[in-house]
Amino acid sequence: MLVTILDIVIAGLLLGGLYAVIAMGLSLQYGVARVLNIAHGEFIMLGGLTTWALRAAFGINPLWGLVVCGPAAFILGFFLHRTLYKRLMVTSGSPGVFEGNSMLASFGLLFIIQNLALIGWRSDIKGYSYLAFPVNIGGALFGANRLVTLGFALLIGIAFYIFLARTRMGKAIRAAAQDPATAGLMGVNISFVLALCFGLGAAMAACAGMLISMSYPVYTAMGMEYTVIAIIVVVLGGLGSIPGSFIGGFILGLIGSLVTYFDSALALVAYYVIFTFLLLLKPTGLMGK
Amino acid sequence: MNRLPLVSRNSLIQGTILLVGLVILATLPFYGSIYATILLSTVFMYIVLTLSWAIFSGPTGQISLATAAFFGIGIYVAATLGKQLPLLVVILTGGLAAAAMAWLVGSLTLRLKGVYFTIFTFGLLELMKYLLLWFEVTFTGTRGRFVVVVDHSTIYYTMLTIVVLTLLTAYLLRRSKFGLALQAIGEQEEAAEHIGINVTLLKVSTFAISALFVGAAGAIMATRWTYVDPYIAFNMNYSFTPVLMAIFGGLGQLGGPVLGAVIFAYLEQILITKFPYYYMLLFGIVMVISVVYLPSGLAGLIQQWRSRAMGGKYAHS
Repeated sequence: MLVTILDIVIAGLLLGGLYAVIAMGLSLQYGVARVLNIAHGEFIMLGGLTTWALRAAFGINPLWGLVVCGPAAFILGFFLHRTLYKRLMVTSGSPGVFEGNSMLASFGLLFIIQNLALIGWRSDIKGYSYLAFPVNIGGALFGANRLVTLGFALLIGIAFYIFLARTRMGKAIRAAAQDPATAGLMGVNISFVLALCFGLGAAMAACAGMLISMSYPVYTAMGMEYTVIAIIVVVLGGLGSIPGSFIGGFILGLIGSLVTYFDSALALVAYYVIFTFLLLLKPTGLMGK
Repeated sequence: MNRLPLVSRNSLIQGTILLVGLVILATLPFYGSIYATILLSTVFMYIVLTLSWAIFSGPTGQISLATAAFFGIGIYVAATLGKQLPLLVVILTGGLAAAAMAWLVGSLTLRLKGVYFTIFTFGLLELMKYLLLWFEVTFTGTRGRFVVVVDHSTIYYTMLTIVVLTLLTAYLLRRSKFGLALQAIGEQEEAAEHIGINVTLLKVSTFAISALFVGAAGAIMATRWTYVDPYIAFNMNYSFTPVLMAIFGGLGQLGGPVLGAVIFAYLEQILITKFPYYYMLLFGIVMVISVVYLPSGLAGLIQQWRSRAMGGKYAHS
């Protein structure tokens, strides 16, 4: 019994770490840059498939994928915000209209990225084996790769928290999240900060993709599922709250692991049921304002 | 000053063109090829989905991603009741079931502002898909089911009827007090509420009406697939495509969503079998370009050209 509970909890934490990184990325893009990026999962897919491709072609260690995918996704995201979303911000007028328009533009991005990937990589399921030996934790067995995933998820989460809490740029990001107009008046270079957040969100997605590719198969259509999970976690943690997303990720991971224990087909259903009730009863989430 | 005639000459001409077009379309199965019948049925389907989406989301500005959910309900109604009941009853049931779901979801969530509503409708589709999948695997032990096959011209005429009804509804909605009130809600919800508009009721009923046509279309189009499972029935693309078609065509006028639907339905038909990825890629590119550069869509662009060609004479109309 105790082993079973431990089993569920650790599996939940392993899953939750992944969800937390994915959701923090989306939280940056939505909470600060006000872009509900439906294409978030596509950046995850790009990260996962690039890592796979580097390993398949050159035998490069997946962890090095972090060094390649992270910065590349950051540049892509930064550039996208600087061109596409900045223009939309200018033409949209009100923040409400911008939210709608930027979401629609990200639909377009979803189709563009996914189909470019399909043209390049085809739709078959890909995977590789890395650190796939079991580790014994209190009687329960877990793959070493999944423990590495959790380690990196925690590392990314904590490093990012320190960045937000301790640095000048982190302060600027928090100010922009609270009130972009006033932050701009206080001397924050708003369009740079927003682009930075969007880029960081994309980089986190790509890193998450690399972590996913170590333990799960990757394929070009994998993005949407993670986008949906990211949205659920972000709503659970409170739209705009980055610590909320981090904690929310672990909560959802634990719930997922618990439900999977009883009936694995119900995990996604459970997510949606929680999501539905959350939106109806407390749409501000756990840590939202 | 002349009094305005009840029916202007302009609308008389438009009416005649519409009637002639309708007669041509209604007699198509007699002289057209089977391919044309099937193609046009698909075009009709997209017109219904796009226009229904535009009926609600156009004036209110709340982006719904539930189209595929309503469409899927229609499909599943046809799959479960198709063998026992006559076609007309099945189609009506499909439409009413979708409308009932829209009413339920609408009354629960239309109080949610902006993006929350979109997220919720998006979640609804996935929830229904996975719930149905789980139900089928756990209780019936199967995945998917067979649908009764109906001949092409029946599908064609049914779709034509639904298209005409949708168009008529959309037209009447725009012209009525109801439509004006909806427009007011879209402009500013609080102000609309203060002048005595029952915002929630109006939004919910419009949402339900738009779902009615989508459900009915799902019920008849299901007969073309012969076999459906939750993945086929609740395909997310049926939520995304109407949004793009409507925005590309232009939400300002009735003709906009129709134009967008016709163009993309035709493009899909010629591209999707040979170059599926390139079609969807094009789809995404057009989406981004439409959102950024064509805020009033193709119809808005055409109107601009026309008013420029007329020397700005009708620029305000």
